[in-house]
Parts: sequence; C-alpha cells; structure tokens
Amino acid sequence: MAQPDATHPPENVVQMRKIVKRFPGVLANDHVDFELRRGEIHALLGENGAGKSTLMNILAGLYRPDSGSILVEGRPVNFATPRDAIRAGIGMIHQHFMLVPSQTVTENILLGLEEPRFRLQLARYDQRVAELGERFGMKVDPRARVWQLSVGEQQRVEILKMLYRGAEILIMDEPTAVLAPTEVEELFSILRAMTREGKSIIFISHKLHEVMAISDRITVLRRGRVTASNLNTHEVTRAELARLMVGREVIFSLDKKPVTPGEVVLKVEDLWAENDKGLPALRGVNLTVRQGEIVGLAGVAGNGQRELAEVITGLRKATRGRVFVSGEDITNRPVRQGIRRGVSHIPEDRTHVGSAPNLSVTDNVIMKNYNQPPISRGWILNAVAANGYAERLKKEYDIIVPTLQTPVRMLSGGNLQRVILAREISSQPTLMIAMQPTRGLDVGAIEGVHRLLLAQRENGAAILLISEELEELIDLSDRVVVIYEGKIMGEVSDGNVEEIGMMMTGIPQDAIRAGEADHDR
Amino acid sequence: MTDNLPARRNLLSRIPFQVILEPRLEEPPRWYPWFITILAVVIALLIGAVILALAGGNPWATYAHIGRAAFGNLGVLSDTMVKAIPLMIVGLACSLAFRMRIWNIGAEGQFFMGAFGASAVVLTPMLPADAPSWLFIPCMLIAGMLCGAIWGFIPGFLKAKFNVNEIISTLMMNYIAISWNNYWIFAVWTEGGFQMSRVFPRNAWLPRLTDFAAEVPLFRGLTTHFGLVLALVAAVIVWLILYRSQWGYEIRLVGDNPRAAHYAGISIGRNIVYVMMLSGALAGMAGMSEISGVVHRLQGAISPGYGFTGIIVAWLAKLNPLAVIPVSILFGALILAGREIQPSGIPKMMNGIILVCLIASDFLLRYRISITRRMEEE
Repeated sequence: MAQPDATHPPENVVQMRKIVKRFPGVLANDHVDFELRRGEIHALLGENGAGKSTLMNILAGLYRPDSGSILVEGRPVNFATPRDAIRAGIGMIHQHFMLVPSQTVTENILLGLEEPRFRLQLARYDQRVAELGERFGMKVDPRARVWQLSVGEQQRVEILKMLYRGAEILIMDEPTAVLAPTEVEELFSILRAMTREGKSIIFISHKLHEVMAISDRITVLRRGRVTASNLNTHEVTRAELARLMVGREVIFSLDKKPVTPGEVVLKVEDLWAENDKGLPALRGVNLTVRQGEIVGLAGVAGNGQRELAEVITGLRKATRGRVFVSGEDITNRPVRQGIRRGVSHIPEDRTHVGSAPNLSVTDNVIMKNYNQPPISRGWILNAVAANGYAERLKKEYDIIVPTLQTPVRMLSGGNLQRVILAREISSQPTLMIAMQPTRGLDVGAIEGVHRLLLAQRENGAAILLISEELEELIDLSDRVVVIYEGKIMGEVSDGNVEEIGMMMTGIPQDAIRAGEADHDR
Repeated sequence: MTDNLPARRNLLSRIPFQVILEPRLEEPPRWYPWFITILAVVIALLIGAVILALAGGNPWATYAHIGRAAFGNLGVLSDTMVKAIPLMIVGLACSLAFRMRIWNIGAEGQFFMGAFGASAVVLTPMLPADAPSWLFIPCMLIAGMLCGAIWGFIPGFLKAKFNVNEIISTLMMNYIAISWNNYWIFAVWTEGGFQMSRVFPRNAWLPRLTDFAAEVPLFRGLTTHFGLVLALVAAVIVWLILYRSQWGYEIRLVGDNPRAAHYAGISIGRNIVYVMMLSGALAGMAGMSEISGVVHRLQGAISPGYGFTGIIVAWLAKLNPLAVIPVSILFGALILAGREIQPSGIPKMMNGIILVCLIASDFLLRYRISITRRMEEE
C-alpha cells in the first residue's frame, strides 16, 4: 500500500473538505467536512436522505462532487470511477450485494481483476482467499457457490473482495440492515479484527444502538449538513445523538392510552401452512386479537411470521385449521374477501409486494379501494375522485412527492412506507396485520409509525404487530406472543424480556414457568 | 498505488470540463419522451442521408421522393392509410397485452383467424349472398373478432392455468392459424384450383371512399376503407379501458407488479385470459378489416407480417393506444414508399436505422448527461 512516509504516518487517512453535491431539487451535501483516522471505526449517522450515502459514494468514486476536495493519505485525489478509488485503497460495500450467484466465492472475488490472466488456477486462488479470510476471522468456503451462502456470508464475500483488492479503508453502507441479530455480532467482531490489522472503517447507519456499540467516533449528518463531527462515542448519549440526527427531542417513551379490549376480531385456530419450499412453516398456531388491542408477535426471523401474515390475509393457503375475522370464516378465501371484511396488511416487502413501482402515487394509494365508490362509478375509474383521495392522504400522512403522478419508485424508503401506511390505515381497518412496519426507517419516521399504530388501537382496530425489534414490540403491544418454528411458545403481557428471549430460542412458557417453580422450591 | 494515478489521468484532466452520465433521479417532464422520440427520428434520417450520399445518391431528393410517394397527393396518402389500418389495430392488440406484460407474439395468427372467421360468414355461407351490407359487415366483424378471441384464449388459458410460456405458445399458434387457413383455401373454398376463395359479393365489402365518388368527386379512386373508423374507435376504447376503467387499472397493476396485484385482491389468471381474448379479438378485427376492406377474398398472402410489425408499432408508441395511430401511419408510409424507391435495400435500411435510434433514445430517458467543471486540484 502507498504509505508516503512510514515514520510519520498522517493521522487522517481520509479528509473530505467542503464537499458539495447537488441533485435536481436537493442539496444532498452542503459543504460537508469529514475525516477518518487510521485504525478507527467512524460512524456516519443520519436519517434516511441526510446525505450519508451520497457523501460516501463520492469517496468511493461513484459520484463526483460539484465542489470540494478529498485527500487520501494526505494527497489530493480525484476519482472518476470506483476503480480509481479502489486503487487508492478505498472500497465500499453496498447494501445490495453485487455478486454472481452461480459462481464460487473465489470466482466472485477474482472477477474484474487483471490477474489471473487466462488460466484460472482456481486452487491457488482458493488458498489465498481462505488465508485472507482467516486473517480477519472470516470463515468462508472459497469453493462454495454464492447462492448457497447466507446473507451474512455473502456480505463477508463482499468484504473479502475489497480486502483482496488491497482496500485499506472500508465503507460499509448500512451493513446490518440485512442481517439477523447473531450475524450482526459476527460482523462486529470481523470489523474489530480489521481495525486491529490497521484498516480504517466508515460505518454508515441510522441505528443508534449499533453505532453506540461499534464505533470509536461519530459524525452526524442532517439534511446534507454536518450537525456534529468527530464525537467520541463513549462521551455521548443516545438521546443526544437522536437530537442531533432528527433536530429535535425524540420521545423514546410512547404515550399509550389505556384501552379496554373489545370483542374478538381475529381468531386463528390450529393453523397449519407450508412455506415456499413446501416445508411446514406453521404447525398448529392458535391466536386471538381483540378490538383496541395490539398483539405483538415476537420471534427470530423465519419462524413462520411471514407465512402467518400471508395465510390471514389470504395470500397463502392453509393446509389445516381456521381463520375467523369478526366471526366469519375466511380460511383459504380469496384475498378480496378479507379486504371486504376490513383486513389491512402492511407487508414486509414494500417494493415487491406492497407497491407497484412504476405506477403513480395516486394509483398506489387506491390499490385497495379502486373498486369501491366514490373512486369507482360502474366500471369507470373516477380519476378526479382518485386524485382527490390521494391529495387528502398526501396531506394527512405527510407524503413528500413533487406531484401525485410521480412513480413511487422515485420515493425514498420512508416516503414509500408512508404511502403504504396511508393506504392501509385510511381504509379504517377492523384488523390490521403490520409486518415490520418500521424496518429501514429512521428515528423520526419510526416515531410517526408508532403513533399511527397507537391511534388505530384507540380507534378500536385489532392489530397484529409482527416485528423483530423486541423493544418496539414491548413498547407498543398489550400482549406479546412468541413464535418458534411455527408454534406459539407462550404469551407475555408484562414486558418480561428474559422470558420472551427464552421462548424465542424454543423453550415453551410452561417449561420456563415449571423450571422457575422448581427453583423456588 | 496512488502514485500512478495522476500520471494516467494527466491528459484527460487538462480539459477543464467533463461529460458524465448520471442515472435520472426524478421523472423527466411529460413532453420529454416525445421530444426525444422525434429527435431520434430526425437523427435517424440524418444518418440515412449520410449513407445515401456515400452510396452516390442525393439524400434530399430521395427523402423528398419518399415524402411524395407516401404523402404527396390524396391518392398516395390514401394508400398509406390502407397500409396503416391493419398496423393500427394490431398495434392496439399488442399494446393492450404488453401493458400487462403478457407477450402476445401471436397477433399474426389471430389476424389470420380473424380473416378466416370473417370469410366463413361469406363462404360457408352463413348469410345468403344477397344479404344487405348492414347485416353482412357486423356479422363478419363479430365472427372475425370471435375467432381471434378464441385464438387468444387458448394461450391465455394455458398461461393462467398451467403457466405455459405465452411467448412460445402464441408464436407456435401463428403457424397453426396459417396452416388452418391454407387448408380452407386449398381444399374447401378453392376457386378453380387456385389457392384462393372466390371474390366476396359487393355487400360484404367494407365501404371505401371511392364508393362515394358519385356524391364527392374528390374521393374517386381512393381506397381508404371503413376499417380506419374501426381502428380509431378501437384506439379510443382501448385508451378508455386502460386509463379510465377499473379493469384497466387492474391490467396496469398486474403489468407493473403481479405480486402487488395479488396482494390487492386482483385475480391474475382471470385477467390474463380476458386480456389475451381482447388482444386476440383486436388482431382478429384487423384480419377482418383487411379481408373485407382490401383483399375481398380469402387467400394465403393477406399479411406481409402485420402481426409482427404491430409488435414494433406498439413498442414505439410506448404502449400508448393513441400514439399507436401516428406511429402506424409512419410505418404505413415506410412500407409504401419503400416499394416506390427500391424493392429492398434502402427502405429496409431506413426502417432499421429508425428503430435503432428509437431504442437507443430510451437511454436518455433513464440517464442524464451533465457537463461539469473539473474539480480544482491543489
């Protein structure tokens, strides 16, 4: 690597000065300064759209700044392509991996390199990749094909790709967004191993607890500007960071009014269903949700949560058992039947299930009521009524779009989620299935979603909240039910985190209680 | 590793400005796509001009000749329209199906089935030869559209029920339709051993402008037929369906994201069948209009590939039913003028260049070019 002067290594490996980047209508970076020290993990914190990714894309050579300068190892650089940036030792690992699924790990790592030239000699390179992985505590089989790997392993391949290319500075763009909690821990230990080897890491995130856990220093961006730079992580509090990020005090405790639950709205009896691979995903689930009640469904991802939501909303067939909504049996009935009974559904996958990316905001918000008056008039779709309805939702739910005709693919994640929430809540549902409603949103937006859910509860809706954020579940829910391998392990209404945690690992509540009783005796 | 960087870029960095391509982050204004499309055609004509000049021809004289041959007087304009009518209707058929991302490559076969259905009314005969026009033409229209719809239903049903790839099934069904037609003209309806049926009685012909020459002398010899009215009405109806009806909303939703459509409670299978049937009916209508408006008998050579050209028309019109009309006229003109200049070669080349430019112009809708000042370096 290029180290201009080994005896006096410059403290800052990267210095970005007065970076300005303008996108049509947005000033994404407004005279941003940023510095990175050798061997540190520097968190770049900010809400969605604060300009974190833009700034780092500039450093990685994907965008060019409109003005400003960048110094790497004390020398001015001017990257035209990511290749230039990698040559200067800067590698970025994006949220969406850029791997060829049918090729092996080694093949993916070698892809696009000048060496090996013609003869692949994969065995030799397999060896090198394995060695490199070991050095940083990453276990990856170089001969495994990428499609066989878990998301966490694929991320490791991306990291190895950059290390193999000689990256000294790694930019991680929201690396934990796709990972399970255990994988996050592994990633953190890999990051620490890399800093021990003298690598420097920029960690882009909007999750406060992760930033607090992993970073040495923090720079906070808000609306394209730096609101605080180079804070020492151990000297700041979460509340301070949240304020810097959002620009106002964030209320971590919610204003939850007491509501007496009413009649049973959702009743699930001995429900069985299969997953996409044809394996049993639900194995005899029993569940009830009443009016004015939020029931949280906790569990490690992939234990049947998605399948349960899909069976209730009619998207998936049940193999056994019954689903009742307001007393009517809607098991294996068409989706429309449920919609008519007032079932609304916030799906986990916003872009692939919850919205039609190339259709306009108007077309997306009328998805559930296009066939009901006033939007429908006979077989006609009343465009004026539809636009009026969309205009109203836009105001009520604070959706930020240039016009209602804008295709929703142009919307940011938070805004898209607002479009979906607006559609699902405005139908005044009797039952709401909310799956990961706050995933990928920033602190301010999460607070907004929580308020909307609580307002629905006060309006007498029955809400089944499925989430992987335990804190969210406990704060919002009246009862938390735990699912493990398609079975309900038990129910907690006093926010006993320990008990929930044990049930999430597959210990039934009866067993836990019995154990405690034994202990007491 | 940083060392060789400045050296390599020395030459480039002397230019104070640089051109970069950036993905568009916001929607371009409404007029922009059409502006780009027209620009692409102009550029294509310029490229064509250069090639014509290199080949020793006078490009401007050639273009003027093409213009005259297609739009020069009422007579040729009428001929252009005659060529454009089947393209319009088939273009609509394709636009509708493609809007739902159902790749109906079978418009050619549905066109032949439409022609067959319309002919059957005359030749079976289902109606006596002296039946009046007002009875003949609607019956032929219905029979043609019905046959086309059946030809669309089969692949649509297979797709909805068994997920059979509609590209393959519709393509293959083209050959069945053509052979089916051949059977009837060779074996059953052959006229004196020729591979064509007898000429239809006059009351089974679509009215043409020249039929009104007695009242309006200007119309003498103009062969533009009633099919044009059918095409324009169909375009408006398809537009209304797509943008102003609930069904059209379902079509657009399924086309953009089938999973979202399912989630919204829309039956995808049923929509596939309906759309394929309507698409087939439209292509069948094109076949009926051609047989009853131009050819006036059933024969083998009734389509120079209208069903396939319709696919291109639909794409160039960006699947907008109203834009299908002008695009079809442009293609009609190219087909007609092509025959005027040279049987092959230049006209095909022009077609090709226009297509390539149009497809390439799509790039500008997704990316923008920006010219920026190079950063100041210390």
